[in-house]
Amino acid sequence: MGTDLQLTSVTKRFGTFTAVDDLDLTIPEGSFFALLGPSGCGKTTTLRMVAGLEEPTTGTIMLGEQDITRLKPYRRPVNTVFQSYALFPHLTIADNVAFGLKRQRRKDVASTVQEMLALVELEHLAKRRPAQLSGGQQQRVALARALINQPQVLLLDEPLGALDLKLRRQMQLELKSIQTEVGLTFVHVTHDQEEAMTMADTVAVMNEGRIEQLGSPEELYEAPATTFVANFLGQSNLVSGSVATTRGDALELDVQGARILAHAAHARVTSGEVWAGVRPEKVYLSGAGDDDGADVNTLGDGVVSDVSFVGVSTQYLVRMPWGQELTVFEQNTGARERFRPGDKVDLHWRPEHTFLLDASQDASAGAEVEDA
Amino acid sequence: MSAAGHISSLGPAEAELDGPPDPEGQKRGWSGYLLLLPGALWLLLFFVVPTVTLVATSLYDPSGSLQLGYQMTGHWQNYVDALRDYGPQFVRSLIYALIATIACIVLGFPLAYAIAFKAGRWKNLMLVAVIAPFFTSFLVRTLSWQYILGDNEALVSVLRALHVLGPEGYLLATPFAVVTGLTYNFLPFMVLPLYASLEKIDPRLIEAGTDLYASPFTTFRTVTLPLAMPGLVAGTLLTFIPAAGDYINSELLGNPRTRMIGNEIQDLFGAGDYPTAAALSVTLMAAIVVLVFVYVRRAGTEELV
Repeated sequence: MGTDLQLTSVTKRFGTFTAVDDLDLTIPEGSFFALLGPSGCGKTTTLRMVAGLEEPTTGTIMLGEQDITRLKPYRRPVNTVFQSYALFPHLTIADNVAFGLKRQRRKDVASTVQEMLALVELEHLAKRRPAQLSGGQQQRVALARALINQPQVLLLDEPLGALDLKLRRQMQLELKSIQTEVGLTFVHVTHDQEEAMTMADTVAVMNEGRIEQLGSPEELYEAPATTFVANFLGQSNLVSGSVATTRGDALELDVQGARILAHAAHARVTSGEVWAGVRPEKVYLSGAGDDDGADVNTLGDGVVSDVSFVGVSTQYLVRMPWGQELTVFEQNTGARERFRPGDKVDLHWRPEHTFLLDASQDASAGAEVEDA
Repeated sequence: MSAAGHISSLGPAEAELDGPPDPEGQKRGWSGYLLLLPGALWLLLFFVVPTVTLVATSLYDPSGSLQLGYQMTGHWQNYVDALRDYGPQFVRSLIYALIATIACIVLGFPLAYAIAFKAGRWKNLMLVAVIAPFFTSFLVRTLSWQYILGDNEALVSVLRALHVLGPEGYLLATPFAVVTGLTYNFLPFMVLPLYASLEKIDPRLIEAGTDLYASPFTTFRTVTLPLAMPGLVAGTLLTFIPAAGDYINSELLGNPRTRMIGNEIQDLFGAGDYPTAAALSVTLMAAIVVLVFVYVRRAGTEELV
């Protein structure tokens, strides 16, 4: 493809600390790509290396046919929307937006600035200074200031981090529609998994300088590759078990004495010890002993230990006979009975919702960094 | 964008605290003026009264003397005489001060920049080093330059050997020595405000400049320098104003032909010619006020991008 962004075995060390560890990554032209991970995972360092603000210790960065690994930032067709915006406080909004065009000695700066301010709906504020604008408005100025240069790649470093929740949701949709409109490659760094899933068509989950998994939000969510992804992206119930028999695509597992089915498509390991995982909203409860048929997976003899009502759903914690607490989200359709703490229940889910992970991984990896 | 409207007054930190307006504003009343009182009294006693006295003295009849007393005759001729007799010293003072100020900018800007952005853990040590000379008296520091620049000292010998100076060349008792002394003595007054301005600049603004196609030099010109202007203006004033009125450096490092207006004023006061001395002082003050006013206006409004 024309101007794909390609990182090949990129490593960045700061002293003895390895921020980015032998990273290989291809970002197709025109995609909305998210680098998702907890703070310190190397996602911002990766972004800064693409911008030219950091130089890789080893490895190469290609933009289309051009090697930009050691190219100065001001010579790269790449622009950044900085975390907390970094707007020039001494310049008006119009001059902030015009900055990149003036440096490139483009013509028709004033009219282009007008058009760009119209796109982000800030024409009426052109003469103001950044300090006179609200956070959401500043965010849009930062976006306009970068977009106006029509970079081959637009880098967004936690662009919505400083906004309150409601505005953040709104800006997510706006950013997505602007990206669709202009058709540029967006690389978005965030620690907010919901933000990444809402906006990006491809998400790379990073942890400790490496990419844990890369794919569409659906793939990552339905078939996580590691316990880190399973826990960092949404929540997961991970129960230890072992593969008993394999019949074509169907795997049969022994999980704490129960017979659990899984599909090979969602299995990272197909034999031996495994973590059998299922998302909380895929599970539904029934009173103990109520048979729900042979084609669903069932873990029996749980006791409801906690019930939280959250409006759209009810979240249960169920203590299993082997001591583990599993999480179940049930939609509040009103069609099903609500359980109370102390009720004896069985857990059910469809076999295709089971995913299998390597048993040697830490079952709690990525769980404690969940953003509030 | 309806949502942008109602959040417009909220910063990221206080997004949830949109309470009623702060009642503090109405409660202040007299306490503010009371707090101003000591400063106002100080200014009245040590600025307004002396200034009025100085202006009055400059209009006394010059035929009087300290012993016989002076007559207030509204003698404007004092100013004409003072400017006629001391014009060259006047111009020289402003030129020396200007050169010293420029030298302070040239030396001080890189130093302040290095302390603000490059010094890392040496930052505090470097700041102490800038301030440390103040622990010694102004006079002693200037006297020591007599040795540094002296005819038989190392610096002159080296410069002679390198043929920068002729075999009989010297540095002490030259305009160069006076300007060097001024530059040395007032450099910290340039460095400290510049440092304070530079230190406040978010490094991400500089990164944003380079990200937006500005070379390091252009980023400096369009981002760093405009943001450092408050420090540069303050530093220039703190350097130029005292340098223009200084007489110690010319006295200790100069010769009769490097005399500045401060030397003349001091001599006139010593000789008891108070009206002429006061007329010179008032003229110097007025000249500096006009120059500073023009400078601040220009620096404040100039389009730097």
